[in-house]
Amino acid sequence: MNRAPGLKTYAVIYLLFLYGPILILPLFAFNDASIVAFPLAGFTTKWFAEMWADPNLWKALKNSLIIALSTATLSTVLGIFAARSSVRYKWPGKPVVMGFIMLPLVLPEMIVAMSLLIVLLGIGINLSIFTVIMGHVLMCTPFAVAILTSAFQSLDRSLEEAALDLGESAASTFRLIILPLVMPGILSSFLITFTISIDEFIVANFLGSGQPILSVYIFGQFRFPAKVPSMLALGTILVGVSVVLLAIAEYFRRRGIARTGGKDTGGFL
Amino acid sequence: MAQSKSSEARTGWLLISPPALVTLLLLAAPLATVLVYSVLTGSRGAVSLPFSAENYYNIFRSSDGNILDLIFSGEWGAIPAALTKAPYLLVAGRALFVALLVTLATVVLAYPIAYFVSFHVQPSKKALWLFLITIPFWTSYIIRVALWRTILGYDGIVDSSLMGLGLMDGQLNILSYGVTSIIITLAHAYAPFAVLPVFVSLEKVDRSLLEAGQDLGESKFRTFLRVTLPLSMPGVIAAVLIVFIPTVGDYVTPELIGGGKVPMISNFVEVELLKRRNFAMGSALAASAMIVVAVISLIFILMNRRFLGGRK
Repeated sequence: MNRAPGLKTYAVIYLLFLYGPILILPLFAFNDASIVAFPLAGFTTKWFAEMWADPNLWKALKNSLIIALSTATLSTVLGIFAARSSVRYKWPGKPVVMGFIMLPLVLPEMIVAMSLLIVLLGIGINLSIFTVIMGHVLMCTPFAVAILTSAFQSLDRSLEEAALDLGESAASTFRLIILPLVMPGILSSFLITFTISIDEFIVANFLGSGQPILSVYIFGQFRFPAKVPSMLALGTILVGVSVVLLAIAEYFRRRGIARTGGKDTGGFL
Repeated sequence: MAQSKSSEARTGWLLISPPALVTLLLLAAPLATVLVYSVLTGSRGAVSLPFSAENYYNIFRSSDGNILDLIFSGEWGAIPAALTKAPYLLVAGRALFVALLVTLATVVLAYPIAYFVSFHVQPSKKALWLFLITIPFWTSYIIRVALWRTILGYDGIVDSSLMGLGLMDGQLNILSYGVTSIIITLAHAYAPFAVLPVFVSLEKVDRSLLEAGQDLGESKFRTFLRVTLPLSMPGVIAAVLIVFIPTVGDYVTPELIGGGKVPMISNFVEVELLKRRNFAMGSALAASAMIVVAVISLIFILMNRRFLGGRK
């Protein structure tokens, strides 16, 4: 089955194309030159120091963490409601309502952000971190629903029925049997929505009204050539954190599938 | 379980209501507002009655007069010249063109990878390959886009490497060719979105069909063209949709990569809404973009139906 040298070479080149920019990040973050170009000039950590010393970064980071933690919590909770309802119960109109909840996934982000902005300006709500959270919850909920639906689908319904037969109430069955079994899915959803929210730019930019938020801060800094190396340093750290979070999310997702005895179908999407 | 059908439906509805309400409030209501605003009369920072189609009419304006007027008065000859002076139509046309090019490039580049992982990777290693392909997607979009800027730009990594190796003596400065660099950046950004759907549909291809094709004397390549490719079309069309929709509405890449020189629809909506504060016109532009995207998506979905229908 493994006879395809041409395809394999292509696959390797494609992976290089995918990873190229990410590999360049640390390379130039430690490079001792203010111009990002070859040849490399020598090792330095001064870009990290420069980035670390900027007070605006810390303000942006604090705001971003508040936004991402709130978004991850809210969208995961909403995702639990939607996934439980769609997997466990039969009700009329399910395809329409579920399709509607998943809609933000396929709408251009800019349209979603702009229409929210028009309404907020129209009602007269001041733009703040809170409005950014609203936008992010809307965008992240479909991801949470998708991850949690597969977690709830791999639940064996007879476990739940057994608990009910043995005298547990519906609430305690949910708490004692279902919640622990879907916990890996919940953690995975939390981590992924957190990552999406931290990285998101359009909603943060337009609904944040100039509040320092990490992605907006990075976007602004990249406009000044002199700031590029220190942004590469920041990028190196962020990419590292993202990869670690996702590896943890993937670990929980797989453990969840293994725990409920399902088959791994791979991938987040 | 001793639950009646209606009580089950009630529990289901009760559970779905919080996420459904949130989506209703944060998505449906704003989209409806945009549609209503788009047919109102706009002035700076406000909208008012009466209803009018003027905003939509203004989308067709050009410095040689409104193109709709030219069409209705039968001055067909003047239309091509007027089109080049119509700001909105020009941008919309370019955005669609760029989005289609990006989609084509992304899906064509991604297909062999999906094929490779589905047909030539051991089943135990498939999940790892997919994970490897999706990781770059989960790293900050802004940072990836900005990185392409430093890679492709004047005196950037591509130029300095090529000149250092003596392959070139002048700056290539790919960044200055706005469209090329936008295509490279977006093909990179949406790669996993294209690989995954194609992979899923390739996984569903019955392997015995391929053996049958070859047993009956077809070459490997012809078996691919006549069996594998048609069977994977639903995945290809899904990939096309998933890449096309966000690229039409992309904002970051034209701003950072195109240097604002190749504005796309989103950048126009931004200018109209936030700089000119004309909510009615901005809404009409956003609504038109939604309608165009919806129509194109529908065409693709109908094509997909045809492929699915042909199989069963």
